[in-house]
Amino acid sequence: MNLFKFSSPQTFYSLAGKLAPAFGVIAAVLAAIGLYISFFVAPTDAVQGEVYRIIFIHVPAAWMSMVIYLAMAFWSAIGLGLGTRVSFYMSKALAPTGALFCFLALWTGALWGRPTWGTYWAWDARMTSQLLLLFLYFGHIALTNAIEDARRADKAGAIIALVGAVNIPVIYFSVKWWNTLHQGSSINLTKISVVNTMLIGMLIMALAAWAYSIAVALVRVRSIILERERRTEWAGVEIAAQGGRA
Amino acid sequence: MNWDSLSAFIDMGGRGAFVWGSYGVTLALIVAELWTLSQRRRDTLRRLSRLQQLNGDELNGNDSQSS
Amino acid sequence: MSKAFIAVLRRDLLLAWRSRADLLVALSFFVVVASLFPFGVGSDPDQLRAIGPGVVWVAALLATLLALPRMFSQDFDSGVLEQLLLSQEPPVVWVSAKIAAHWLSTGLPLVVVSPLLALMYGLKPSAIEVLALALLIGTPILSLIGAIGAALTLGLRGAGSLLALLVLPLMVPVLIFGAGSVDAWASGIGLRAHLLLMGGGLFAALALAPFASAAALRITMD
Repeated sequence: MNLFKFSSPQTFYSLAGKLAPAFGVIAAVLAAIGLYISFFVAPTDAVQGEVYRIIFIHVPAAWMSMVIYLAMAFWSAIGLGLGTRVSFYMSKALAPTGALFCFLALWTGALWGRPTWGTYWAWDARMTSQLLLLFLYFGHIALTNAIEDARRADKAGAIIALVGAVNIPVIYFSVKWWNTLHQGSSINLTKISVVNTMLIGMLIMALAAWAYSIAVALVRVRSIILERERRTEWAGVEIAAQGGRA
Repeated sequence: MNWDSLSAFIDMGGRGAFVWGSYGVTLALIVAELWTLSQRRRDTLRRLSRLQQLNGDELNGNDSQSS
Repeated sequence: MSKAFIAVLRRDLLLAWRSRADLLVALSFFVVVASLFPFGVGSDPDQLRAIGPGVVWVAALLATLLALPRMFSQDFDSGVLEQLLLSQEPPVVWVSAKIAAHWLSTGLPLVVVSPLLALMYGLKPSAIEVLALALLIGTPILSLIGAIGAALTLGLRGAGSLLALLVLPLMVPVLIFGAGSVDAWASGIGLRAHLLLMGGGLFAALALAPFASAAALRITMD
């Protein structure tokens, strides 16, 4: 199989068009199963009661926000290394969804923290790193939008994605270090006893989030490809064919 | 089955606001993202096809002048 | 190679000296920001002593940020940057020189003035030494990280606030270890770990940031 074949925007455009609905269906089915397990199969937690059920979106959202940033860095590295335009497009298409999951992780964390820790926000290592990750997303999106020259925007976004990815472990480690030195507040992470059904529910929800992210990124990348390749012949044909219906 | 009734399901052991606040916002944001995505595709196609028509007219105009 | 480094360093320092009024503005900003906090949080000496190192560090971070756009923008406007990119020297060499000059003209003055601010916050003399030492190791890292952001945002509208959004999250670890070193010293944990980590961070930044900045400049000038 020739992987470079898919690096042509035209091939990737039609491939994305075929794959996006498939991933969308997978996401919907997995989410339905996951939600059923979350609410009807997983038992009530002995310590936290029902509120722990937030875990089924909180943890997948937090995972996804990190995975997507790494995926952006991965596409950026490929784009800078091989000069494939599609890689940059993918990186750009992933960013809003990553920011969305990052925000959701913070939001659900706050709503989970209030009844269990008695506070919406704590300067806990994980929460703080998550907040900084959200800032990294904002920075990436703001930078790529601020640069008018599309190619410069691509490459600049790639550099900041890579620099951010290198920094994420440093940020996490430093925040953790800082947190252990400043353990002033009286917050104890009340452990929940993870039972198998919970773990399975969480994993299925995480897989649903994966499939959703892929589907959404593929749809978004199609718009980006059309926009950027509009002067090529195939894109012109596609625009003429689809534009009439829109 | 964890719930005796619909109201028990909504109540979530007294933490309904937190649980549904989490799930509700998640759902709302996902719907919002899907909506902006479809808007974006429509807008892009519309704008680009308009651009194409404009350029096409321009090209034709130039052709008639040169011939 | 080192000749080009020294030539660019010399030239940039000379230019910085000629526009020293601008540098004084950044330095005054540092002092003013750090002096604002007591008006906001009250003048309780114990509280001020506790927040002092953090305040000085945050002020240093902001002052560095304020001076960052200057790093490349003048040469970008005058076309010198383009000439440098066309020259035979590897960009890393003169980019490193420019970062070094920038730190010497904006970072080092902050380190020198910081003991005064620390005195205003009632820090003990030995804590003041620790703070200055931490700033001495930490501010070059800020300049190095900042250089990447400055290169990426060069010539953009609203570059200043964009630059802040880009580089401030990346600077958080420096802030943590920098301000933390004073606390660690005061609480008797010892400085070693903090200073070693910051030193390690400095070497890592020295090894990576000039390359990233040079790549960013190439992209910007393309």
